[in-house]
Amino acid sequence: MSKIRVVHYINNFFAGIGGEEKADIPPEIREGVVGPGMALRSALKDEAEVVATVICGDSYFGENIEEAKTELLEMIKQYEPDLFIAGPAFNAGRYGVACGTIAKAVEEELNIPVVTGMYIENPGADMFKKDLHIIETKDSAADMRKAIPKVAKLGLKLVKGEIVGPPEEEGYLVRGIRTNYFHEKRGSERGVDMLVKILNGENITTEYPMPNFDRVEPNSAIKDMSKIKVALVTSGGIVPQGNPDRIESSSATKYGIYDFSGMDSLTSDKFMTIHGGYDRAYVLENPNLVVPLDVMRDLEREGVIGELANYFVTTTGTGTSVGNAKAFGEAFSKKLVEDGVEAVILTST
Amino acid sequence: MRLELGKIFIKDVQFGESTKVENGTLYVNKQELIDIAMEDDRIINATIELARSGESVRIAPVKDVIEPRVKVEGEGNIFPGVISKVKTVGSGRTHALVGANIVTAGKIVGFQEGIIDMSGPGAEYTPFSKTYNVCVVVEPKEGIETHAYEEAARLAGLKIGAYVGNAGKDVEPDEVVVYETKPLLEQVAQYPNLPKVGYIHMLQSQGLLHDTYYYGVDAKEIVPTFMYPTEIMDGAIVSGNCVAPCDKVTTFHHLNNPVIEDLYKRHGKDLNFIGVILTNENVFLADKERSSDMVGKFVEFLGLDGVLITEEGYGNPDTDLMMNCKKATKAGAKVVLITDEFPGRDGKSQSLADATHEASALVSCGNGNIIVELPPMKKVIGTLDYVETMIGGYEGSLRPDGSIEAEIQIIIASTIANGYNKLTARNY
Repeated sequence: MSKIRVVHYINNFFAGIGGEEKADIPPEIREGVVGPGMALRSALKDEAEVVATVICGDSYFGENIEEAKTELLEMIKQYEPDLFIAGPAFNAGRYGVACGTIAKAVEEELNIPVVTGMYIENPGADMFKKDLHIIETKDSAADMRKAIPKVAKLGLKLVKGEIVGPPEEEGYLVRGIRTNYFHEKRGSERGVDMLVKILNGENITTEYPMPNFDRVEPNSAIKDMSKIKVALVTSGGIVPQGNPDRIESSSATKYGIYDFSGMDSLTSDKFMTIHGGYDRAYVLENPNLVVPLDVMRDLEREGVIGELANYFVTTTGTGTSVGNAKAFGEAFSKKLVEDGVEAVILTST
Repeated sequence: MRLELGKIFIKDVQFGESTKVENGTLYVNKQELIDIAMEDDRIINATIELARSGESVRIAPVKDVIEPRVKVEGEGNIFPGVISKVKTVGSGRTHALVGANIVTAGKIVGFQEGIIDMSGPGAEYTPFSKTYNVCVVVEPKEGIETHAYEEAARLAGLKIGAYVGNAGKDVEPDEVVVYETKPLLEQVAQYPNLPKVGYIHMLQSQGLLHDTYYYGVDAKEIVPTFMYPTEIMDGAIVSGNCVAPCDKVTTFHHLNNPVIEDLYKRHGKDLNFIGVILTNENVFLADKERSSDMVGKFVEFLGLDGVLITEEGYGNPDTDLMMNCKKATKAGAKVVLITDEFPGRDGKSQSLADATHEASALVSCGNGNIIVELPPMKKVIGTLDYVETMIGGYEGSLRPDGSIEAEIQIIIASTIANGYNKLTARNY
């Protein structure tokens, strides 16, 4: 079997080019290993080979993120790597952000596994730990000897498609990815254990720390709706008959935008609901119960609202992850704003 | 209230000339069970099939699972207010055919009924792969409304559960467990030095096929109330739910509520189990406020030092869970929540639809969005026609060879949010 091909990313300092005065150097690529790449080479043993090292100044990267990313990606691509390793950056802030940024870009564009390393307080750690495997290092390069073998080991596992263990086993920063496993005790027993401990004044570890909840402040009220273009957006799963875009009945990965111009109400011969979270009987008979086109047309005629957008936006709310929902909202809001919509009525079920 | 629960361990199920239990084998008379299902004229056909632990069998779409039980001594009968007269249950003696279950299946009601695999990787996720199942596959009369069909299928399951349970009436149980909770003042006095602990049991009551019944009363219509824990073991609560399969609290799970079971194990040793506060999960904010206020009031009134709270379903009821947590804490109790998680297939989103800082002690019953690969089974009881529109399924979920790729939420009770299973999730 041919060796696994690795490209390594380091900054001006670790490349031995210079310190702060050389932090503005643009991207360059060299064959083989440079600086910490030597330790990496020995940690990878015979299984993999560092085919090239890409180097960029930290200030250059920080000040020209898009250009630096594009240039570096072009260089890295030429070497057809199976694995990309950035850093480790230890506690160097700009270097950490650069390692995270380029590693994420490589993972997304070249679709190969990536590993980097950082000190937990490096600003790059917080920015990228959810997206990347970041080996936890100490705050200085004195930790290189210990960090590099962990980086290499995890990188090889990822390339070979082996099962990656939990953070404390592999040495990466907790990413916050909720992963299943079978506990030795059932949940109710753990719950009773936990409660008894709390009542005895002992410390416990919750199995799910509460997230910082992403609450959206409502906009201030619109005083005069009579000049305003309004759109209807729903998570109630209303779609044209036949569900042309195959929106899921739960855990939606997509949304749809469907035209209803010229219609006075949503009729059951043209529209249906595919929502998996409620008894659809009544809504299948009358889709206006969820997307109230009939009432909105009345309001339009009466001049209560200025105008109704000629389409509605729809998805299924049940089981849909906040990540997906947020991405949908960010995408279709742009269209709504472009189309001059100034108010939205959100209907749920 | 004191209940002796006699457990008769069932190790096989067979068809027989009469319905009886002999040497750990349950024999069922097929025609008798069909006749019970057909008593309801909303059901035009019923078939009975057997599924044993380890067999290459897939059951879908599953509606409910019922453990056969019978009252041997004491007031009332199994499933009071639903298939037997209203009478307070939970005392005396009850026999259970442990290891046997009635599984109702058939043409789908909504989207929310799931799958049981008796072997293979899917079997790991559901307790019903380890039992001996009498499957009742019903066919509804054409044109009946979904909720009428749901009711007919539910009642058929409960009646057959009670009928089969009756076969254990005169059988000597393999094990007898005694559960006892005394009237409040006596119970408090019995273990004056132990912390007083309660269980806040949230019943699914969002409506539109998401219903639960307490002595036959629709849980939407109740205000929170107080229950002796043993009442639930005689079927005071039955499921009428078509909630997502993974966290459906089947009637089996009500009869065998794991929180009640595990609290009794520590009762008199580490805690004083005072009883169960029953509440609901209605959809209107006013209902949520009223019910959670009353839960808080009960916690204060009963002087509870600690409570466990479980929910049924996810999304909307997460709000009730957090409100109950907040108000129970405010009333002076330490709170532990048990629930499951839906952070998306990549596991990166927040897991619950609501959060509150008081929820600092939580037990996870797993991430329901994880994708699982279910190989084809030799036999299908029911139908796979609806796999792609079931919760957890999607376009392309069902392959021509009968294998399935879907989120584990498609499997009955895989992430059930009352802690019945060992599945959990952690941060990677």
